[in-house]
Amino acid sequence: MKIAVLLKQTFDTEAIISLDSNGQINRQGINLIINPYDEFAIEEALRIKEKHGGEVTIISVGPPEIQDAVFQALAMGADKAVMVTDDALAGTDEYGIALVISKVLGNQEFDLLLSGWRAIDDGSAQVALRVAEILGLPHVNVVTRLEIEEGKATATREIEGGYEVIEVPLPALITAQKGLNEPRYPTMKGIMQARKKPIKKLSLDELGLDTAKIHPKVKTTSYFLPTPKPEGKIIPGGPAEAARELCRLMREEAKVI
Amino acid sequence: MAKGIWIFAEHREGKIKKLTYELLSAGRKIAEKTGEEVSALLFGKGISGLVDSLGKYGADKVYLADNEKLAKYTTDFYGKMLSELAKKNQPSVILLGCTVLGRDLAARVAQKLNTGLISDSIGLELNNGQLTFVRPIYAGKAFAKVVCPEARPIMATIRPNVFVPGQPQAGRRAEVVTVPVNLEKSDLRQIIKDVIMRSSTRPELTEAKIIVSGGRGMKGPENFKILEELADVLGAAVGASRAAVDSGWIDHSFQVGQTGKTVAPTLYIACGISGSTMHLAGMSSSKYIVAINNDPDANIFKVADYGIVGDLFEVVPVLTEECKKLLATQ
Ligand SMILES: Cc1cc2nc3c(=O)[nH]c(=O)nc-3n(C[C@H](O)[C@H](O)[C@H](O)COP(=O)(O)OP(=O)(O)OC[C@H]3O[C@@H](n4cnc5c(N)ncnc54)[C@H](O)[C@@H]3O)c2cc1C
Repeated sequence: MKIAVLLKQTFDTEAIISLDSNGQINRQGINLIINPYDEFAIEEALRIKEKHGGEVTIISVGPPEIQDAVFQALAMGADKAVMVTDDALAGTDEYGIALVISKVLGNQEFDLLLSGWRAIDDGSAQVALRVAEILGLPHVNVVTRLEIEEGKATATREIEGGYEVIEVPLPALITAQKGLNEPRYPTMKGIMQARKKPIKKLSLDELGLDTAKIHPKVKTTSYFLPTPKPEGKIIPGGPAEAARELCRLMREEAKVI
Repeated sequence: MAKGIWIFAEHREGKIKKLTYELLSAGRKIAEKTGEEVSALLFGKGISGLVDSLGKYGADKVYLADNEKLAKYTTDFYGKMLSELAKKNQPSVILLGCTVLGRDLAARVAQKLNTGLISDSIGLELNNGQLTFVRPIYAGKAFAKVVCPEARPIMATIRPNVFVPGQPQAGRRAEVVTVPVNLEKSDLRQIIKDVIMRSSTRPELTEAKIIVSGGRGMKGPENFKILEELADVLGAAVGASRAAVDSGWIDHSFQVGQTGKTVAPTLYIACGISGSTMHLAGMSSSKYIVAINNDPDANIFKVADYGIVGDLFEVVPVLTEECKKLLATQ
């Protein structure tokens, strides 16, 4: 079973977001991590490999710093990685990134493609599905349980008010939701082994893509930060008294009940 | 030339979802400035009865595809229908709900149409003919204004509870365009093996106007009952923090936050939740936040509009009784 996993590096979940003097998101001093949903995808790939045999390839696109995230995935147990870094990637959107990834995957043999269902930074939840569309793969989105059998995947996914069990033929894309598994930590041994694992680094040129092809469809014109909330009201009194007053405020002041 | 504002209509159990009316309201807002027509896309089986209400809430036209093959949502069938309709009619804008279905469909259709997609929008502005969407990034710690300058259609998914549905206008009717359904079995790769619905009379978490949420302070699964009682009095959904989910007290589909659901109700009542950034990521855009926590220094009080410092086991039952009394006399 050949499995490819899409990996994105994101800001740490605790990162404090600010804008720099150009009104762009300030990247200074921010810790970078593997997108938490992608960790579920990596973990699932490793479990499938442990059960069925095969090979796990990590695919990541971004600035040179992504190497840290790629390395961590290799230390968790992935076998090899392909990294696409290129200055020309600055300003690309989901459309462009999906094109780059599809190009990488086009040169790669795989039975299963896994990714997180969304990244916690832009939260746009499109890249993986666009890749599936470009490559003509079926997909199951937001999956909390996955069963791989000969030539097919059976996936449980969340829908509003319940769950749905869907079967798709392989190769297919599955996007991971929390609940799928508990990601492992890299072990000391894993870290040592990761040093010897192959990471293939590619530029857009080497992939045969020119910048015009990945011209973004959507553009961010500006960023802004939320306006701080005025301080809330702590309702005084004992529990019963405060509860009564809260009920009144929700009704008469906020008018929400 | 691209023309027309399209909205994708979602429905459940024979009823149009409120979100669909919200989308119509967003569509009308654009149409008012551009003079374009607003069309709703209605796919499903046995759904022609829903056309009327779409007209009343602002659709000028309804593209109706009523067919057995569309009885349940599948990416392949719905994706093919929507993209082929769009290729043929060239709308300038397609809006979908930021729901499980909307997100799934929008990304694939955007790629089929070689266009951009703005996910998870919480606002739109029309400046000098340019449609600008506002969307949260970094889980709501910042916002981006995003445009799709050249590619058409402009596609976006819109969060529930952002736009206010318009007043239904009696007698307002939409023109119905019956869409031929040419779907082959070979177009479909997703086979739905099973659908398991939770039997709940409560609203869906992501759509609920009021959410009563519990965290580690609930101390055990059995105690969620007191939240459910309050939720039922308020017609609210129940939510939870990751700590409550990871303790196995409640299913993870109820989790609110960075790795859970993003919600934007008008009222969010957080009980025994400390207010970690990961939890806030999912609920801080709630209109009003109420916090009940026995730790006066809990972070949740920083975002709360109303806070009670106290034992939730004493506060919540009284709150339930009070709300019951109040709502009975309205
Ligand atoms: C990658 C990652 C993703 C995460 N994603 C999420 C997410 O999506 N959602 C999420 O919620 N968390 C998430 N977390 C976890 C998050 O960091 C916190 O651990 C979690 O939110 C804490 O939940 P809590 O507030 O219920 O628990 P605690 O932080 O333990 O808070 C419990 C609170 O209950 C109060 N309390 C206790 N007893 C009572 C009582 N009798 N009456 C009143 N108050 C009482 C305490 O004072 C305390 O403030 C994530 C963490 C990571 C690392």
